Amino acid sequence: MKYVFQFGIVRDHLPELIHGAWLTVQLSVGAFVLGFVLAVVLAFLRSSGPRPVRMAVGAYVEFVRNTPFLVQLFVIYFALPEIGIRMEATTAALIGMSLNFAGYGTEILRSGIDAVPRPQIEAGESMGLSRLAIFRHIVVFQALRTAYPALASQFVLLMLGSSIVAAISAEELTAVTNTLQSTTFRAFEFYFVATGIYLAMALASRLVLSALYWIVFERGQPARLTWAR
Amino acid sequence: MSRDFDWPAFLFILGAVRWTVLLSLIAFAGGAVFGLILAVMRTSRFVVLRGLAAAYIGVMQGTPVLMQLFLAFYGLAVLTGVRIDPWPAVTLAFTLYAAAFLGEIWRGAIQAIPRTQWEAAAALPLPPLAQLRHVILPQALRIAIPPTVGFLVQLIKGTSIASIIGFVELTRAGQLIVNVTFQPMIVYPIIGLLYFALCWPLSLASKRLEGRMDAALGVKPGS
Repeated sequence: MKYVFQFGIVRDHLPELIHGAWLTVQLSVGAFVLGFVLAVVLAFLRSSGPRPVRMAVGAYVEFVRNTPFLVQLFVIYFALPEIGIRMEATTAALIGMSLNFAGYGTEILRSGIDAVPRPQIEAGESMGLSRLAIFRHIVVFQALRTAYPALASQFVLLMLGSSIVAAISAEELTAVTNTLQSTTFRAFEFYFVATGIYLAMALASRLVLSALYWIVFERGQPARLTWAR
Repeated sequence: MSRDFDWPAFLFILGAVRWTVLLSLIAFAGGAVFGLILAVMRTSRFVVLRGLAAAYIGVMQGTPVLMQLFLAFYGLAVLTGVRIDPWPAVTLAFTLYAAAFLGEIWRGAIQAIPRTQWEAAAALPLPPLAQLRHVILPQALRIAIPPTVGFLVQLIKGTSIASIIGFVELTRAGQLIVNVTFQPMIVYPIIGLLYFALCWPLSLASKRLEGRMDAALGVKPGS
């Protein structure tokens, strides 16, 4: 192998890579927040909504989980304009990632909801609480606690999967790397460093997410749970 | 000049399903071989083997598949100075990717077997590899089947990104048809439905097998 590595050129372009990585972080956190809110709503509808709504939510979840993210993106970015819904690549990426995460999040929350002991819900019912009140005061916090580890790994998958939005040229880390390697002909160096940046971001997310778990769920019992118990 | 999305165009897309299936199967088979080695390394007594396997799995699960694919396709081509066809690059990348995930799933399955099973096998006395081969793995296999089928779904969906480097499978076939018909609103949903037809039965099977296993192990459904 006569290849001479030149990582110097990657260093020269580091600001652009970091700029791309920052958009990756923004997209991932944005999609996590939007997708999570949607997932909580969908999980509630799926556990307590009327039957047709439950089935519609179930169908949504199955479609998201059984089709590739890339194809979902193509539908949003290339197909929707045909019926008059146009958006920028970055917006399409954010919407695609959010809708995708919501699908997985709903399923994860469902298992958390199922794990809440039945007598607690019956207790809520016997107190005359509405379904929404039972969900809000009894179910959701405990379900989140059970579901948290799975949601955290799903966040890492979301972040790593966001590289795919480069296919619709949203200018995040992967797209920036593609451009740089095609103009400098240093494919190996750029992809190697970009892969390293992703790895660092994945490890950092895991650290932050476990810290967050401790802050939210471990550090003393929150007031709400005390009276709901 | 564009043509309509017609029957031959649909047949072209349908024909491309076989490349998605073939790629998934090759990656799954290759990944199974390396994944089993990784799983055995991860559960071995030797700290170096455990560490190596853990590092490999950590890196593969901590980086995007797309980056792994780019490294295998563009990166290797630059390193060796030989232009690599999409086929070997794509199969290599997805095999290495599948190995990491299967290795991790199967590690969990092996470690779920009670320690007493190892001890009983050692008392027979079977040598270590025979303990693994005849006592542990057959039991671990049962536990491993549902998540393994679940991973197959992830793998099939994942192969769609091979389209990004120009490998013609289902997604790429859809793009090609869109390029001549300009009807993405028809073509991409059809592509999605075809993936759904491949993946959903596997997802259902995985869930059903899991339920059956829980019943066999005396776990209450939903707990």
